[in-house]
Amino acid sequence: MSKKQTLIVIGNGMVGHNFLETLVASDIKDNYDIVTFCEEQRAAYDRVHLTEFFSGKTAEDLSLVTENFFEGNGIKIYLNDKAVEIDTANKIVTSQQGVAISYDKLVLATGSYAFVPPIAGHDRENCFVYRTIEDLEAMTEAAKTAKVGAVVGGGLLGLEAAKALQDLKLDTHVVQFSPGLMSAQLDDGGAQMLANKIEALGVSVLTSKNTTKIVDGTDCLHKMVFADGTELETDIVLFSVGIRPRDEIARCSGIEVGARGGIVIDDQCKTSDPDIYAIGECAVWKEQTFGLVAPGYSMARTVVADLSEQHAVFEGADMSTKLKLNGVDVASIGDAHAKTAGALIYTYQNGADEIYKRLVVSEDKKKLLGAVLVGDASGYGTLLQYSLNSIDLPEHPDSLILPSRSDESVGLGPDALPDSAQICSCFDVTKGQVCSAIENGCTSLASLKNETKAATGCGGCTALLKSVLDSELEKSGVAVNTDICEHFAHTRRDLYNIVMVEDIKTFDELMDKHGNGGLGCDICRQAIGSILASYWNEYILEKDHLSLQDTNDTFLANMQKDGTYSVVPRMTGGEVTPDGLIAIGQIAKKYKLYTKVTGGQRVDLFGARVDQLPLIWKELIDAGFESGHAYGKSLRTVKSCVGSTWCRYGVDDSVGLAVELENRYKGLRSPHKIKFAVSGCTRECAEAQSKDIGVIATEGGWNLYVCGNGGMKPRHADLFATNLDKDTLIKYIDRVLSFYVRSADRLQRTSVWMENMEGGLDYLKSIVIEDKLGICSSLEEQMQHVVDNYQCEWKTTIADESKLKRFRTFINSDKTDENILFVEERGQIRPATEEEHQHLALSEDA
Amino acid sequence: MTKWIDICSIDDLQANSGVCALVEGKQIAIFYTPQNNTVYAIDNYDPFGKAQVLSRGLIGDIKGEPMIASPLYKQHFSLKTGQCFEDETVKNTVYAIRIENDRVEISLEG
Repeated sequence: MSKKQTLIVIGNGMVGHNFLETLVASDIKDNYDIVTFCEEQRAAYDRVHLTEFFSGKTAEDLSLVTENFFEGNGIKIYLNDKAVEIDTANKIVTSQQGVAISYDKLVLATGSYAFVPPIAGHDRENCFVYRTIEDLEAMTEAAKTAKVGAVVGGGLLGLEAAKALQDLKLDTHVVQFSPGLMSAQLDDGGAQMLANKIEALGVSVLTSKNTTKIVDGTDCLHKMVFADGTELETDIVLFSVGIRPRDEIARCSGIEVGARGGIVIDDQCKTSDPDIYAIGECAVWKEQTFGLVAPGYSMARTVVADLSEQHAVFEGADMSTKLKLNGVDVASIGDAHAKTAGALIYTYQNGADEIYKRLVVSEDKKKLLGAVLVGDASGYGTLLQYSLNSIDLPEHPDSLILPSRSDESVGLGPDALPDSAQICSCFDVTKGQVCSAIENGCTSLASLKNETKAATGCGGCTALLKSVLDSELEKSGVAVNTDICEHFAHTRRDLYNIVMVEDIKTFDELMDKHGNGGLGCDICRQAIGSILASYWNEYILEKDHLSLQDTNDTFLANMQKDGTYSVVPRMTGGEVTPDGLIAIGQIAKKYKLYTKVTGGQRVDLFGARVDQLPLIWKELIDAGFESGHAYGKSLRTVKSCVGSTWCRYGVDDSVGLAVELENRYKGLRSPHKIKFAVSGCTRECAEAQSKDIGVIATEGGWNLYVCGNGGMKPRHADLFATNLDKDTLIKYIDRVLSFYVRSADRLQRTSVWMENMEGGLDYLKSIVIEDKLGICSSLEEQMQHVVDNYQCEWKTTIADESKLKRFRTFINSDKTDENILFVEERGQIRPATEEEHQHLALSEDA
Repeated sequence: MTKWIDICSIDDLQANSGVCALVEGKQIAIFYTPQNNTVYAIDNYDPFGKAQVLSRGLIGDIKGEPMIASPLYKQHFSLKTGQCFEDETVKNTVYAIRIENDRVEISLEG
């Protein structure tokens, strides 16, 4: 029996954590006792999206650690304890707090630190770097009393930091040493275009500025003095001039480090000590360091493979990047600076739309060597594939960057990609892997993402992934049939548009004009019933609509397994008066209904026969209640915590807002049910982040979350917008919901709708916040129409004698359904089981 | 000679939807499609959900065959034969039904 070996990972950053995840998912996980040291007080979090901390994300949101990850996998983590020494001779790691552990294998994932240039005054008060959550917290604190902020460094991270300062409402400057922004990735033309765009967003860009010292300011806390004699006054200085590998533990333990720093590794990521590996930003491979996570993840996979005694080689990494800076698209691929001998350059510059594109191609014009895209990075996926897979360029390479004036597509079809082509660089998913997942039954974008993890990192490859999916489905003959059913050769979205454009008001009319002339079915009737209700919001039991409603809608109650119904009166925001509660209790008692409190903060009454429904509702309406629409694919509830009115911690009136929102959107018919919640502070007692629409109060206003979901496949809602006033909040919700109602598939929750949306959250934001499609006013009008035409369906029904006839159990008798039997349990009724049915029937016979 | 039992007036029916009648102790679901002025009668009992609910299902057709979708678990039954589309071993009873002088009549004879 072999004894377990001990494997220690020093550093629990993104790469260190990815290594742990890869290791515990591998076959060799049981060979090791795993220990990790993390000097920060928090375990791994997403540093790439650190800026989102300022737009409302919390440390928990950014965490990369899944629940129970360390305990569940038997990993011992030492938080807030830095490993300081490696005794390579005796193979012992010692920490700052004196923990000493023997290892068999050691992985260094110590990362990097932000370099602070040795300028006089660099250590003054309110001079920061941009690296950890603690840095950000300190900045936020300082920003409370500051007016001006300056970022030293105009690289990728520097520009992100500038956005952070702007989010903190500071007058923001970027100070760059070299003549252009993002000098590592962009050529002069691209850099100039980027600078124009960044300045248009209100950030001042100062280039060719060599800061010589920082001294006391006159109007601000500091004055930065530049070599050319100019000055800048600022309250906060943020250094973002680059990173340096953290190699001190290797240095003092005799492990080889590079001439310019970094722990030297070979192709297996081994250091000069064969039992010690180094991965991520602390490592230097062939004199290169890699400041992105993807290469770090690739190194992590290499080490796990090497430990598994599989042959694995780290082959460097493509450093192409695409990102959105303050809404500006920027991308750089390969040899952007055209350093390859003989390289040819194509440039497209559009001053009016502020777009800059540059291609660097080989001397024979056959291969793409590099590219720069500013202002429009939509071609990134295609260009990256040309470059990574050495695909032959079209005859006129410039067609790839020139705007297409006709419908001809110049994109690279997914069929042109080899199976080895990398589709998702975050999780290293190849086209071959995607195709085999499709073959194995992943036929939707959502299931494909779930299965392969592709497009779940930065999301940049979503469009490419979708095109591979479509193309594969088409090839495999699974005709991508998006028809809603055999009666209509249209998608739900098409049908919605037809109803809108042709002003169609009934199912029969739609069937006549666009259907197959049949009776329809439970799919199209219901879907069209829902579309008509969403768009026109007429009474759903109107003669023309009655036969379209599913089980629950058609009797305005929820059918249970025995054919009886449950009844749910609306309690907006979960508020109910004592008198209301007493009335409900009395009615439930009178009709002997089983009574239960729901997850949506209201009361559900079970066991009503169809003929009792109007009687029960008459009494509920008399007591002041109205329909809760629990039966509809529509807005259900707006859950709330008690909020600032009573709660010691409340920041705003969550109940008040919940009541207002519920009253606004009640009765809105939609492709699937919709749930809201409003929390009065970030403690989030209302669980708003698991709802379709979630709202959380902050000191600065309301934060809006969208497309969350509890249920079978929970999905955390995405943070959509922050610090909104109430009018803007409602405007955004109007637009998001109207757009969902218009464009979702039938029975598609907002979560799946979002997962399937090409372009995802950013796309939705561009439509709802930036009005990219120019439809916002129409979306708002549509919602206002629904709001203005709200009616309590039960009130309308009770008042109409002719409608009540349907609620009789039998058309030709006053008897009731003898098949409905109840027994008592815990002091209330419940439906009899099949056995009890037989037993009761027998005893009656006797 | 077939014995026809009077149930109700044609005005008591719901267009493209169902009602339930109690006929000699049996619950029978009746559906009415005014397009072709046709009525259908099928046992109200849902053999999957084991409840008397078929009259409250959604009507439609599958490849032209008129059918009813159960409101409980959505199985489809032919309104002409009672055959379940999802499970060939399950068949519900259908009954003869007709409209005579605006009255709806059912026969319980096979």
